[in-house]
Amino acid sequence: MSESISSQRTSVRYRSRLLQPEADRHPDTHPLTWRLRDDGEVIWLDEYLRKEGYQSIRNALDNGDPQAIIATMKDANVRGRGGAGFSAGLKWSLTLQGGDMPRGYLICNADEMEPGTFKDRLLMEQQPHLLIEGMILGALANNSFYGYIFLRGEYVEAARVLNRALDEAREAGWLGANINGSGFDFDIAVHTGAGRYICGEETALINSLEGKRANPRAKPPFPGQSGAWGKPSVVNNVETLCNVPAVILKGADWYQALSGDRTEDGGSKLYGVSGPVEKPGLWELPMGTTGAEILERAGGMRGNRSLKAWLPGGASTGFLLPEHLDLPLDFDTVGKEGSRLGTGLLTVVPQEQSMVALMRNLEEFFARESCGWCTPCRDGLPWTVKLLWALELGQGETGDIELLDKLAADCGPGLTFCAHAPGAAMPLQTALKHFRQEFEQGVSKPRGKAHQDPIPVGEI
Amino acid sequence: MLEEVGHYEQPQAACIEALKIVQRRYGWVPDGAIGAIAKVLGIGPASVEGVATFYSLIFRQPVGRHVVLVCDSSSCFLSGFDELKQALASHLGIDYGQTTEDGRFTLLPVCCLGACDGAPALMIDDDTYGPVSPDDLPGLLEGYP
Repeated sequence: MSESISSQRTSVRYRSRLLQPEADRHPDTHPLTWRLRDDGEVIWLDEYLRKEGYQSIRNALDNGDPQAIIATMKDANVRGRGGAGFSAGLKWSLTLQGGDMPRGYLICNADEMEPGTFKDRLLMEQQPHLLIEGMILGALANNSFYGYIFLRGEYVEAARVLNRALDEAREAGWLGANINGSGFDFDIAVHTGAGRYICGEETALINSLEGKRANPRAKPPFPGQSGAWGKPSVVNNVETLCNVPAVILKGADWYQALSGDRTEDGGSKLYGVSGPVEKPGLWELPMGTTGAEILERAGGMRGNRSLKAWLPGGASTGFLLPEHLDLPLDFDTVGKEGSRLGTGLLTVVPQEQSMVALMRNLEEFFARESCGWCTPCRDGLPWTVKLLWALELGQGETGDIELLDKLAADCGPGLTFCAHAPGAAMPLQTALKHFRQEFEQGVSKPRGKAHQDPIPVGEI
Repeated sequence: MLEEVGHYEQPQAACIEALKIVQRRYGWVPDGAIGAIAKVLGIGPASVEGVATFYSLIFRQPVGRHVVLVCDSSSCFLSGFDELKQALASHLGIDYGQTTEDGRFTLLPVCCLGACDGAPALMIDDDTYGPVSPDDLPGLLEGYP
């Protein structure tokens, strides 16, 4: 009996994996994943050192010029892989440092919770030292004295692997005081969260790190000016930091060339796809790979389904259509189509899926995960869910769709404290644009109370 | 708890970890723990309660011996979440936020588990499973007495 239980538990246990065999991955073309093993086992320190590990930080420490790291990162134009696409080098160049400035923090945003995203998990579970090396380089560049890996609480395996790898690195002299005899001090702790999507927003993350509710902070000041405990703090995504060692070791020109003539953005990217495809998965591909190429690697749509729409990089990106499959997936191109590259992990929607039901699911997520700090988000998103439920059940009222337009517009960029509500608005606005008819089919009732003109102020 | 405090500039930062330490011991965070944590960290009980009630993985009421977190985000939604959730609820005889009568399982929804290539996914305590079909459930749950 116990044997059958344990085999059941093993058979459906989730394991993070890359769908690219070792033979197809090379140091010069796959900086993020070439070291990963086909058996999915962790690359511990010995193996990491055998595979060019800590070579980049060794060179940088010998060179002794932190500004050179920032310059290379700027030239390489490594754009933030957490979804916003902001140049990491530029962010680093804006971090306050100098004689009268206290040394600050280097924070890794490992709070991967964007629906449809499962890339940082792989990097942390199988190759912890690449992230650690990237963080030491980031700390050197930003004059940070301490680092945190802000890890979501559910990533239990990643926490175990990272903590053991941090111990290894500390024992080998890559963390702690006087790293590798350079005189530079830096150490890292894993901080595990306790749920809530909003913790991925960088200022909310800092509040959470400080032991407070994860409400976002006003910007400016930006974290680089005043972050954790008022000190200059840099927050970078896991994948962004994992790019750093190779960029510094091999240079900006090499990095830029990785994407060939596909796009202006350089480098490689962990792309992936989930939803009803034959082989959902992850691949490291040149930046600017098209949706069609990624879908082909996934074996196409499952069964005889056809593609109706897709999200290019998580729940907070806008819907694209099959006609967009041939666009290079980089930050600017996807932005021009009214969406965002986001995390670069595609979610596909099959033809038979109701867009109203899918939007209801997405907005239920955003409504639940709103921190409640500002009104358009706290009140607007549950209202949106209510309207979408009515439309899904065919009980919508005349005017509901226009109300959805308005609620989404009220959540737009600049109208709320952080990017959560704009993230909730983007899929809704694009769904209403491309599939308005489906929403209209849910309207069966006349205009109701919710649509009456409000009482004019002053006449109460 | 004091060891955790050492990782941060201010003791308050250990608040979430302190709540988790209590939770590991008791399964949830009882009222008495709020004041006790506040005392250790040198902050007001309202700050601790504010944090305890904000985060979804801190439980301010008793839960079962095992907590089942079902991912209801988009990729799982597109890959059979509804069927899985229904099967789970009917197998256990409870809905979200409820605990089975024998105190064994509590069922809760969770943010995208980052296991989308294994959708639909769920977690039982510290273990992540996916893809999980309704047929897998009886065998899977049996592993958590």
